[in-house]
Amino acid sequence: MTDAKTATASWRAYALVAPALAVIVAFFVLPLMLSAVLAFRARDGGFTFEHFAKAWDLYQTDLAFTIGIVLLSTVLIGVVAIAIAGYLTLGENPRAVAILRWLYRWPLFIPFIVTGQIMRTFLAKNGMLNHVLIGSGLIEPLSAQSLLDWRGIVVAFVWKQAPFVTLLVAGAMASLEPQHIEAARNLGARRLRVLFDIVLPQVRGTLLVGLVLSFVTMLSVLSVPMMINPNSPTMITVDVAYRISTLSDYAVANALCLMSLIVAATGAWFYLRHAASERSQA
Amino acid sequence: MSARALSRWPQMLGMAVLLGLVAFAIFGPLANLFLWAFAEKWYFPNKIPQEFGFSFWARVFSPRGNALGSLGTSIWIAVLTVALSLLVAVPAGYALARLKLRWRGLILLAFLLPQAVPNLPVYVNIARVFYEIGLNGTILGVVLVHASHGLVLAVWIASAAFASVDPSLEEAARNMGASPWTCFRTVTLPLAAPGLIASAIFVFLESLDEFTGTYFVGVPDVTTLPLLMFNASMGGNYQIASITALLLLIPSIAFMLVVERFLKADVLAGVGR
Repeated sequence: MTDAKTATASWRAYALVAPALAVIVAFFVLPLMLSAVLAFRARDGGFTFEHFAKAWDLYQTDLAFTIGIVLLSTVLIGVVAIAIAGYLTLGENPRAVAILRWLYRWPLFIPFIVTGQIMRTFLAKNGMLNHVLIGSGLIEPLSAQSLLDWRGIVVAFVWKQAPFVTLLVAGAMASLEPQHIEAARNLGARRLRVLFDIVLPQVRGTLLVGLVLSFVTMLSVLSVPMMINPNSPTMITVDVAYRISTLSDYAVANALCLMSLIVAATGAWFYLRHAASERSQA
Repeated sequence: MSARALSRWPQMLGMAVLLGLVAFAIFGPLANLFLWAFAEKWYFPNKIPQEFGFSFWARVFSPRGNALGSLGTSIWIAVLTVALSLLVAVPAGYALARLKLRWRGLILLAFLLPQAVPNLPVYVNIARVFYEIGLNGTILGVVLVHASHGLVLAVWIASAAFASVDPSLEEAARNMGASPWTCFRTVTLPLAAPGLIASAIFVFLESLDEFTGTYFVGVPDVTTLPLLMFNASMGGNYQIASITALLLLIPSIAFMLVVERFLKADVLAGVGR
């Protein structure tokens, strides 16, 4: 192929990609940059940290609350995903494996907002969870309590996101060499040891990708905290919505947004560092 | 029964209890929603509604109930979002899979941004910009926001779908004298179609379920089904909220049940390559 021909070919390739890129840049990248600008712009147009100071003053509890909830949810999602995917891969009872495979995915595509509404009724003081606990004699009727606080948010997040991470991890486990697992089992290793020593190290990358994506997604969910726990302390997303809908205060709202971006970036950095060390080991 | 099978009973029982707990964790919340959708009266401390009925369904679907209007708005927005996303994602996916691009990795990464960065700052500021240029509260404004998020999946899946088409089939068509466009239209596109349909369904569902972006950009005139559900729920009307939630659940669960038919393993394995 001549140089001129290569040049037209790649020119055509860029032309095909350009419209899609333009949509992303115009409606995602530029607004994101605008957020950074507005968070630092004083009323006279100069540079200021005033909005950050105000956001920190008013919402530091909520920031800690948000990080705590999202971290706890991420850990629990990881535990659930490893347990279910591990059983799907190593389980010995084919019928139980089939039932679990059919069961775990139901929440996969259920939107956050519907999850919020479902948990709002299920975890309430007179919700089904308490009725079942009382009916089975596990708790006294008087000690029934509403879980519609930070616990409700965590339950909703784990219920919605764990199937997604499980799907990814189970897929990765299914593509492992079955000989490795069989060899270990023939050597007499117990199933838990096979899971932690042989299977998990090979799917760690997939697990981390799923967890980081869930972490970032949960950081910007507005509906679940608003429906389950709208009162202070609450998640940063609720505060942002309040600053905008009630006060039209874009400056502090954007400062809060940047704070959650920093939290997300920390999560992503953690993942990238891990991926890099993995590659250097390989 | 052999001694071996007998000794396995405790294990089987433990397994059954565990599976029962998982089933309750999954279906308990869904059952609670179902009860609320058909409850006429449900006061504390009754375990199940005192009266079942359809009067709230009648209210939701009455001409004044807004649900049908919101459902129509939601579906219209989702259809436009799919059309826009595929219109730009199919050429981009084809180029990323088949043509030489110098910054291919970087471009793929750019399409990942909306999935990897918290969306709230984007929605907040896009609403501000749209307000100034008169796009706030319009269908077009909401479609643009949904499409920029849906493009992630559309481009990645389209690119994987095109990559899974065997290039020798295209070469055969070209050798028999087909023009590049004819070859694309009659060979490449039909073979990539299942993956493209899957990406269309993904984008459709994402748009149908989207809440935060619509909450900021759609006000005050565009009320989608998720917004209607949210308002009913915050207003304390659990029946209306549960019925709308059920309407939103139908496409989600239907897709969960058929997803593997459209997304074949070879396409899934190619995502992100």
